[in-house]
Amino acid sequence: MKNLKFLIRTAYRDSRQNRGKLAMFMSSIILGIAALVAINSFNYNLVNDIDRQAASLLGADLTVNGNREIAPKLKAKFDSLPGESARELELFSMASLEDVNEMQFVRLKALQGNFPFYGKLKTVPVEAATDFRNSNGALVDDGFMIQHGLSVGDSIKLGYATFYIAGRLQSAFGSAGVTSSFAPTIYISLSELNKTKLVKEGSLVDYTYYKKLPEGFDADAWEEEQKMLFRNEGMRITTVKERKEALNEAFDMLNYFLNAVALVSLLLGCIGVASSVFIYVKNKIPSIAVLRCLGLKGRQAFLIYFIQIFILGSIAVALGAFLGSFIQLILPLLLSDFLPLEVTTVLSWKAIGEGLVVGSTVTILFALLPLISVRRISPLRTLRSSFEEEEGERDYLSWLVYFGIIISIFVFLWYLMSDLIMSAYFTVGLILSFVLLYSVSKAIMWAVRKYFPRKWSFVLRQGLANLYRPNNQTQTLLISIGLGTAVLAMLFIIQGLLLKNVQQMDAGNQPNMILYGIETDQRDSLAAMTRENGLPLIQQVPIVTIRLEEWKGRTKSEWLADTVADISRWAANREARVTYRDSLDPFDKLVAGKFIGEYKGGNDSIFVSLGADFAEQLKVGIGDELIYNVQGTRIKTYVSSLRKLDFTKMQARFFIVFPTGVLEEAPQFHVLVTKSPDTKTTAEFRGKVVTAFPNVSVVDLGMILQALGDILDKVSYIIKFMAAFSILTGLIVLISSLLLSKFQRIKESVLLRTIGASRKQILQINATEYVLLGALSAATGICISLAGSFLLATFVLELPFNIQWLPILAVFLFVVGLTVVIGMINTREVVSKSPLEVLRKEVE
Amino acid sequence: MRDILKVENLSKVYKSGSKNLTVLEGINFSIKEGEVLSIVGPSGSGKTTLLGLCAGLDKATTGTVSFYDTVINTLTEDERAALRSENVGFIFQNFQLIPTLSALENVMIPLELQGNAKAKHRSLELLERVGLSDRYDHYPTQLSGGEQQRVSLARAFSSNPKILFADEPTGNLDDETSHNVESLMFELNKEENTTLVIVTHDMELAGKTKRIIQLKGGHIVSDMLNEHTTVNA
Ligand SMILES: Nc1ncnc2c1ncn2[C@@H]1O[C@H](COP(=O)(O)OP(=O)(O)O)[C@@H](O)[C@H]1O
Ligand SMILES: [Mg+2]
Repeated sequence: MKNLKFLIRTAYRDSRQNRGKLAMFMSSIILGIAALVAINSFNYNLVNDIDRQAASLLGADLTVNGNREIAPKLKAKFDSLPGESARELELFSMASLEDVNEMQFVRLKALQGNFPFYGKLKTVPVEAATDFRNSNGALVDDGFMIQHGLSVGDSIKLGYATFYIAGRLQSAFGSAGVTSSFAPTIYISLSELNKTKLVKEGSLVDYTYYKKLPEGFDADAWEEEQKMLFRNEGMRITTVKERKEALNEAFDMLNYFLNAVALVSLLLGCIGVASSVFIYVKNKIPSIAVLRCLGLKGRQAFLIYFIQIFILGSIAVALGAFLGSFIQLILPLLLSDFLPLEVTTVLSWKAIGEGLVVGSTVTILFALLPLISVRRISPLRTLRSSFEEEEGERDYLSWLVYFGIIISIFVFLWYLMSDLIMSAYFTVGLILSFVLLYSVSKAIMWAVRKYFPRKWSFVLRQGLANLYRPNNQTQTLLISIGLGTAVLAMLFIIQGLLLKNVQQMDAGNQPNMILYGIETDQRDSLAAMTRENGLPLIQQVPIVTIRLEEWKGRTKSEWLADTVADISRWAANREARVTYRDSLDPFDKLVAGKFIGEYKGGNDSIFVSLGADFAEQLKVGIGDELIYNVQGTRIKTYVSSLRKLDFTKMQARFFIVFPTGVLEEAPQFHVLVTKSPDTKTTAEFRGKVVTAFPNVSVVDLGMILQALGDILDKVSYIIKFMAAFSILTGLIVLISSLLLSKFQRIKESVLLRTIGASRKQILQINATEYVLLGALSAATGICISLAGSFLLATFVLELPFNIQWLPILAVFLFVVGLTVVIGMINTREVVSKSPLEVLRKEVE
Repeated sequence: MRDILKVENLSKVYKSGSKNLTVLEGINFSIKEGEVLSIVGPSGSGKTTLLGLCAGLDKATTGTVSFYDTVINTLTEDERAALRSENVGFIFQNFQLIPTLSALENVMIPLELQGNAKAKHRSLELLERVGLSDRYDHYPTQLSGGEQQRVSLARAFSSNPKILFADEPTGNLDDETSHNVESLMFELNKEENTTLVIVTHDMELAGKTKRIIQLKGGHIVSDMLNEHTTVNA
């Protein structure tokens, strides 16, 4: 086909001098696709790694886990499984570092047997991983050791026993590094645990039993068979397969977040494509008109530029995929604190393939928007440079392209989220944002025109008028800057909300310190010690561990088997920690019945008070009968009242409250809640408590806040890194939109200079325009982000919504500043050269 | 001689908002094959509009424009483009060379558009003819106004159009350059035996053609043969 050859040849010739001008176009694609490919590569590698490493993540083929020791009949079943066993007790406790005179809340793991059967405890020195099992050695979290300047061989006191540090624990087994900022992990041998005296009847201890099964044994079949039996005793069986599924689920959130970042970058990239092709086409209008005059058909003119865009677009997509594959090397480093496994960074052909497909589709679709107008450029433009095509009939093709864009966004989202409804919502949300930004820009131009402040100075009036003059960039800029700002501001708002929510807990007279694990004979002396240190006894309650056996005349197993009743397994199976008291806790609110605070013995019935939601989960109400097992003794009780619990304050809350006179003799622990005025008092008091009562754990809000702050810092660092993609693409869009009217501006400026405007005045006019544009776009973007984060906070995160204006102000200033700076760099070139030189250069 | 172009009862009305602006009204004339004529008139009299209509770049409000037997104002834009490619050449006041193409490539465009295999050979010949053979690989910005208009002449004649339209061909040039370009244009026209329609407000240029149509306020006020013609006598 002779024509095609001619078109390709012309496309090639025409592009020779223009490749620089298409750099913007290419870089928006490259960045957008790079983000997509990097993120998807990471996601796919993560899924693969979970698949491959699941056995070593669990460390065994099968585990049984619960918050009590395994019942004898279950133990027999577990032991009858072939293969090697191991077991672990996990609890939280205080560690005293006598060498450095510090206390730390730690996660203590006591091991028996050769766990892990798969994978390794990574330690320095390597032999420490085996040595600690046969001695009073401890493996201590590396980060924790660095923080406190500890070295191998130092001693560490846990409860009543002192251990020596056998080695540094490089990574906690099977859990993400970030948890260590709350409570660093320490491993000891189970045979040494008794000496700490930390485990008593009713302590909060997590029991895990590990099994390494012989090759070919079907762990899942065994689990399926035994599941119910174990569950009814509050024990959970986990197989490698389940662990895999759980991990994949856990990473769904990360996936959502990363996908959202990829999507935003891609969308900004798309805006970049559309606006840079728009500029390109605008520059080409005179040439196209000449070609049309010489007899080129509209379709052929379109094809010439389509071929150019298509070829350069393909190159850019390929470069983007390439760059993305590189960037994915960084992601695992960045996220390592949040990953319980090592993520490999192999090339993911699936991600690259997707990037190529998605990239070509969006590039073509978004480039088509400006490109199809090429078909309609009239040859009359050769005779009249200012000729504008008559609006006439609407171009049906542009509707087709819009439709194609919406459909492809929807399909892309659906593919990412595999959720039809959500992707529909998201698509609609995006369209609404666009429509909003578009309407705002229209409204602004209309308002500026209508209410033009005629009394302003020349410079200000010129700057303002630039917003609606022909060839203005108000719309493109408002949409691109607005969207970029919205993303950035939303990030800050949500981060602020999360932090604020936690910090509020520390406000005013709220308790901020909990002491737990207190034994009955320590209760009074600890209370005295608290008062001596000038701290209030806000709450001091006993805790007894009991189990629910029957209610409303049916046993627990009967209830659990009844699928119609649909009771909560969690509520039924949990080892309940209850308290007893003679009156209603002032923090609770009675919602039904009457609180009965005393059991008088004899024929009197025992009346308990339940949390309203908890009662609902068990389907019990006022007057219903419940039979509890209190460490071997069955106790029949009746529900006398329901309470609403307030979980926003730092203190002990109880779903089940007994009256006095029932549980006094049962094995029990006590909890003491107090309020410390400052961190110094907290530290001193904590030191005294742990020295005098090594088994008592002290948790203070300051510590939780700090740990949370650390985690949020890391998260926000990652978010910022990822957001940098979006910001960078946004910048490119910004630059290309500014270039859009560069030539127009040059002509105007040259004219203004010719008739006597000073360089300074021209700079001021342009600065005014950019300040206005930046401010309007940023303000609109911030409004969108406020609406978006309000919806997110209220309906997804369920946080009270309030705004910290400082970071928002910072985002606002940042965006406005950036717009002005880039705009002014653009303008400088215009004013710093002689008018003639500029015209000559730019006309070509 | 056959009529190459026939204009009957032509009018053009621009709508701007609610107002109608009649730019051309009741225009009738015809042009014979090989004829050289100029359309003159003061600025704003509708010359360019008439040229656009005759060349098939624009659509008339009423009336017809026929190229031989084809009524061109009922053709679609693509059909008109095909007609232009085969039969029509243009010379513009501001040259309208494509800035990203070299002089040679600019001249080649109409030929290549027709699928002519000898495009390059013929274009080099024409560049030689307009005295720019040594500048064939220069881009428009590297050429002076006169040189650009010469390249544009070569382009206009390259595809042997049957009819050539020139809108103020010397309007952007100084006197001396104007004379050079004018004589080159008339010479080429004679050699190639093309019908030439020049639109101008320059009476001196118009005086060089055999027939002069005078426009005023959108009407033809005179259409006469020029006795003092120096060309095509
Ligand atoms: N697109 C248009 N819309 C409205 N009026 C137009 C348009 N194009 C040209 N005109 C008007 O038509 C008249 C004739 O213009 P034109 O043909 O360019 O005259 P000439 O070439 O003789 O100077 C002028 O008054 C001009 O303002
Ligand atoms: Mg004119």
